Amino acid sequence: MTELEPSPSAVRDVVIIGSGPAGYTAAIYTARANLRPLVFEGAIDAGGALMTTTDVENFPGFSDGVMGPDLMDAMRKQAERFGAELVTDDVTAVDLISNPKVVRVGEDSYRTRTVVLATGSKWRALGLANETRLLGHGVSSCATCDGFFFRDQDIVVVGGGDSAMEEATFLTRFARSVTIVHRRDRLRASKIMQERAFQNDKIRFLWDTEVLDVLGEDTVTGLQVRNLRTGETSRLPVTGVFLAIGHDPRSQLVADQLEIDPEGYVVVAAPSTRTSVTGVFACGDVVDHTYRQAITAAGTGCAAALDAERWLAAHEVSEPSQHG
Amino acid sequence: MGANTKTVSDSTFGADVLRSTKPVLVDFWAEWCGPCKMVAPVLEEIAAEHADKITVAKLNIDENPETARAYRIMSIPTMSVFSGGQVVKNIVGAKPKAAILKDLKAFL
Repeated sequence: MTELEPSPSAVRDVVIIGSGPAGYTAAIYTARANLRPLVFEGAIDAGGALMTTTDVENFPGFSDGVMGPDLMDAMRKQAERFGAELVTDDVTAVDLISNPKVVRVGEDSYRTRTVVLATGSKWRALGLANETRLLGHGVSSCATCDGFFFRDQDIVVVGGGDSAMEEATFLTRFARSVTIVHRRDRLRASKIMQERAFQNDKIRFLWDTEVLDVLGEDTVTGLQVRNLRTGETSRLPVTGVFLAIGHDPRSQLVADQLEIDPEGYVVVAAPSTRTSVTGVFACGDVVDHTYRQAITAAGTGCAAALDAERWLAAHEVSEPSQHG
Repeated sequence: MGANTKTVSDSTFGADVLRSTKPVLVDFWAEWCGPCKMVAPVLEEIAAEHADKITVAKLNIDENPETARAYRIMSIPTMSVFSGGQVVKNIVGAKPKAAILKDLKAFL
């Protein structure tokens, strides 16, 4: 890792990389601890995964549910209220080993005593060449974004978890039919989401089925699938495919500096949010592959803020900078 | 609309985009599209910084379904570069400024 030149400006106490419930909660708590957090919430991804959902019905405190973007907006405002500095930009490089740490955003660099990582996770693709080629031309990862364009069409949602059920149910507002293609014979989704999908007339299920290829020249015209029990392949004449097969943690920025598990998740000394590097804490979906809920992300965001605060108190006598 | 971008419609598309002498980047967007809003300020900046090389135009797909259908828009934001009346480049999905500039390199 090449050394990054530190900027001459003052050393921050906390820089938070990422947003969403984890990042914004960490921002609220560190701001209230008078640590004046600097938050890089992402140029396009600010707000995280909930920005592309509609109703969030399971975040505690909202008996009538709350819209994902509204919940994120409220958290963001709350962080700002207590003095968090929110920047809608992407961190491009970090040096977590040096002391103080350096966070680079394009040409600008910031020195900081602690870093809270809340970069979340990104939707997973099947990994097919035609899937990549037809992204935006019938292949989509976001039902709320693109459902509009599939009115009265026959489409597929690939996946078996809550996201797949939610996307499929949402898409029935537009589509003529939604076929859920899942490679197992049972769903991972919560019971209530499963029930809703089963009761929806427009939704049908294709069990024990995997996607072999996405077909079409300029736009999707079909899906090549295989039944994993019988080995039979067939073609589904659909014009839209929505991926809902899971997420991969966004740990690329730190993978060469922090301990990462085989699936790419940042390793922390649970229940604390301490990573393998002192002064660096991680929370939310970049760490969690078990629960991945907005409320658990918010919970670990709070823990990361408290861990950072305690670390700063314990390291109050500043160590001499390694870079002069 | 923005100060640096030009609003176009189904009726003005021919004159403003297809018959433009300069390349035109058409931003297909809608009010309900979150990622479209994230990318809007970036396009304003690009429009201001590269006004001599490229025009940035905005087309609201709810108000102008004909053009959206004609160009088979299936996801927004989609940013299409028109030159000589044809689509010469498609950028699908919200991206940070640096990535969009990279996609537009040939025109700037």
